[in-house]
Amino acid sequence: MNRLPRWLIGALVVGPVMGLVVFYAWPFVNLVVEAVGAESVRTVIGRSRTWSIVWFTTWQAVVSTLLTIVVGLVPAWVIARFDFAGRRLLLSLLTAVFVLPTVVMGAAFLALLPDSLDRTVWAVIGAHIVFNLAVVVRTVGTVWEHLPADMEDAAATLGASPLVVFREITLPLIRPAVTAAAAIIFLFTFTSFGVIRVLGAPGTRTIEVEVWRRATQLGQVDQAAVLALLQLVVLGLLAVWSARSARRHSRALELRPLARPQKPRTPRDRLIVGLVAGITASVAVSPLVALVVKSLSTPTGWTFTAWTDLGSAEIRPGITLGLDPLDALINSLQTAAWTTLLATVIGALASLGIAASGRAGRVLDAGLLLPIGTSAVTIGFGMLITFDTAPYDWRSTWWIVPVGHALVAVPFVVRSTLGVLRSVDPQLSLAAATLGATPARAWSEVVVPYLWRPLAVGAALAAAISLGEFGATSFLSRSGGETLPIAIEQLLGRTGSLLQTKGYALATILAAATIGLVMVIDRMGGVDARR
Amino acid sequence: MSAPRVTPPTRLAALAAATALIAAACAGSDDTSADTATMDPAETTAPAQSTEETITLVAYESFPSEGTRVNELLGEFAEQTGIDVEILIAGDTGTMLSKAELSAGNPEGDVMWGIDSTFLSRAIDSEIFEPYTAAGLDAVPAALTDLAPNGEATPVDLGDVCINYDIAALDRLGLEPPATLDDLTDPAYQDLLVVQNPASSSPGLAFLLATIDEFGADGWQAYWSDLVDNGVQVVDGWTAAYYERFSYAGGDRPLVVSYGSSPPFEVLFAETELDAAPTGVVESTCYRQVEFAGVLAGTDQPDEARQLVDFLLTPEFQAALPLDVFVFPANGEVELDPVFQEYAVIPETSRELDPSTIDANRETWIDEWTDLVIG
Repeated sequence: MNRLPRWLIGALVVGPVMGLVVFYAWPFVNLVVEAVGAESVRTVIGRSRTWSIVWFTTWQAVVSTLLTIVVGLVPAWVIARFDFAGRRLLLSLLTAVFVLPTVVMGAAFLALLPDSLDRTVWAVIGAHIVFNLAVVVRTVGTVWEHLPADMEDAAATLGASPLVVFREITLPLIRPAVTAAAAIIFLFTFTSFGVIRVLGAPGTRTIEVEVWRRATQLGQVDQAAVLALLQLVVLGLLAVWSARSARRHSRALELRPLARPQKPRTPRDRLIVGLVAGITASVAVSPLVALVVKSLSTPTGWTFTAWTDLGSAEIRPGITLGLDPLDALINSLQTAAWTTLLATVIGALASLGIAASGRAGRVLDAGLLLPIGTSAVTIGFGMLITFDTAPYDWRSTWWIVPVGHALVAVPFVVRSTLGVLRSVDPQLSLAAATLGATPARAWSEVVVPYLWRPLAVGAALAAAISLGEFGATSFLSRSGGETLPIAIEQLLGRTGSLLQTKGYALATILAAATIGLVMVIDRMGGVDARR
Repeated sequence: MSAPRVTPPTRLAALAAATALIAAACAGSDDTSADTATMDPAETTAPAQSTEETITLVAYESFPSEGTRVNELLGEFAEQTGIDVEILIAGDTGTMLSKAELSAGNPEGDVMWGIDSTFLSRAIDSEIFEPYTAAGLDAVPAALTDLAPNGEATPVDLGDVCINYDIAALDRLGLEPPATLDDLTDPAYQDLLVVQNPASSSPGLAFLLATIDEFGADGWQAYWSDLVDNGVQVVDGWTAAYYERFSYAGGDRPLVVSYGSSPPFEVLFAETELDAAPTGVVESTCYRQVEFAGVLAGTDQPDEARQLVDFLLTPEFQAALPLDVFVFPANGEVELDPVFQEYAVIPETSRELDPSTIDANRETWIDEWTDLVIG
């Protein structure tokens, strides 16, 4: 393959690398250097509880990831292959469930659980599956949608059963996307925080929960930092493995940007599509319905008060809420806009650079995932002690929150685009070269055009992630310009049925805003662009 | 082989999406920096004198950032003194304290509000506060000031963590409310109590401390074994206990660990007016949490910070606390709102443990409790 000039790759990755070094690596390393000594390491390593936590964290993440992939491939296939009424809405609903704050979704999920499953590890794993379905559907679906159907058709014509077709033709082709989705889901379930706290039995702890507990409740920031490092070591190994495997299995496909899903033709297809879409929709919708129900019900009966009085911060004459719901919504939208802009630009540069380079690209790919794998508490604390003196006195600036969100969102943009970029047939570039194009020209004419559609998907995810982000915001936001998730958390944490219903009314608005935003961007970016 | 084609409309759409987002961002951005937590009283009320100074009050997440009487009063403080007060919400109390410890000497703000007595010893040891004896401290009962005898921090409010009960639900069961901690192990109250995990919840820790106060450092373990045998349910936090398990809010447990101020708030924040509090408090189970404020060591504006601490103890400010911050005034001379006089339980003698004892044993107790109760 003709290589891009080094200067071009360098120019592409300099932004992402700088961002990662300045806003992630520097604060984190600084915290570790300041806080950790040999003694803290010995204490953490020597405590048997540490290892039972590591074990629990790992096995629940493995089980959650495998089950999510298995369960998620079915709707991913239906959404990628078939066109049906409400398809786009379904995709947006799933995304909303994925990005809404787990504290809120966990409470909604809890209301739906049968008592026997309450606060068991199965409730945790079930929630992980539901919340992460969108990752499979989106990541795998984007590639699946673009797979030429003729190979599958040919195999079927030659007598292969659907299962054999899937195993021999489809699976190898979508495998890089499946691996990428699995890596993200593993990251999320391995670092699970909200779900564990809301749905897990008391005492159930992932490393992430233990980091938070030690750092904030017990004041042992040093031990928390050691645990955060331990978490990173495990995840770092996984990220390297995943990046390698994604590359090993990636193969050039003839992607067809214009391939479009078909209406189900046979009665059997219609039945399958109806069933899968129906079940997926009810799984995604029921927690959202639970939010609405909780916004209307109080111990003394049903009421619309939370909704009719939502805009007003006054509850009774002379009693006010102490926060303005409308302000919180505006803060959230502003933060989301900046995050999307940052994450999309950085993510696009990074994935172009990664796709065009070899080993160095894989290192950057893995590096960009690190912020998701690092406890928000430790990044927040790191920023606090790092950006505290001129000229780096940034801890009080308004933009530190969007930057924090972008750290979490960029990997999603990269994951959305990289698979597609890597699948671009190298023969196309060679053909362009034969026709006299320089490598840079061939790249900009052949590879770059593939960027836009997956980039729009990534942008939608980035915006939605920012809207629902809770952990990093609560550590970074000096502003107190509460975003919606923080306002919701505050309302749900107080006595008084009206405050509860208002909290859930806000959660409903957040869900609606997320769904709306994802739909709009999907439509503009043309996840299934039609003319 | 078809050449890769992206239709122009698609590319345009992506561009349009980006432009729209930038536009949205810019539309809001001109006031983003001013958007920070300030209630910026100078903007809403004409200052009596030119306001030059701005100091930052660091507070926990349930402190109101705008729109309440408390915020109005801080605006009046700005008018009187020319010192604007910006509020910085720093997370829950534990997080706020950890942040302050990390940035000790180069603090994020000038005054901190809300370190409670279970965390006080940690705050004093890590020297996040500059010692100061506030002007209004004489009006604060000695029981509170004794917790920080050398002015390491200023007591500003208090609250109690107590067993709450659902009056109607106990009636239906034909049960009297429990009167003591011991009653909770009575088989009559089997499977009726829900508590919080002390490892992750502040009221949960307070309730554990109440049992340690009652049964001693060697006796509480046996009591908790009895509670477990009697079917106590443990959940991770206050919201889960109160709003998912407590029978008044739709759960199936009529006894819950909550606050002494919960009954009046059920009255005040009900969507329809209530004549009587629907819940009650078992006074003998109450554990007292005192909250402190202080001048953060290393502030650039120590004089202004001290003036603010003085202001936090004034009767006007203290009187606004129950409704806006859900705590009771530390200033003994303040009259409570009638709703609180009627429905709130502020026990004469609440349980308390010495802050340094708590600090020395917190982790051991929590670990021991974890092994014992949730295994």
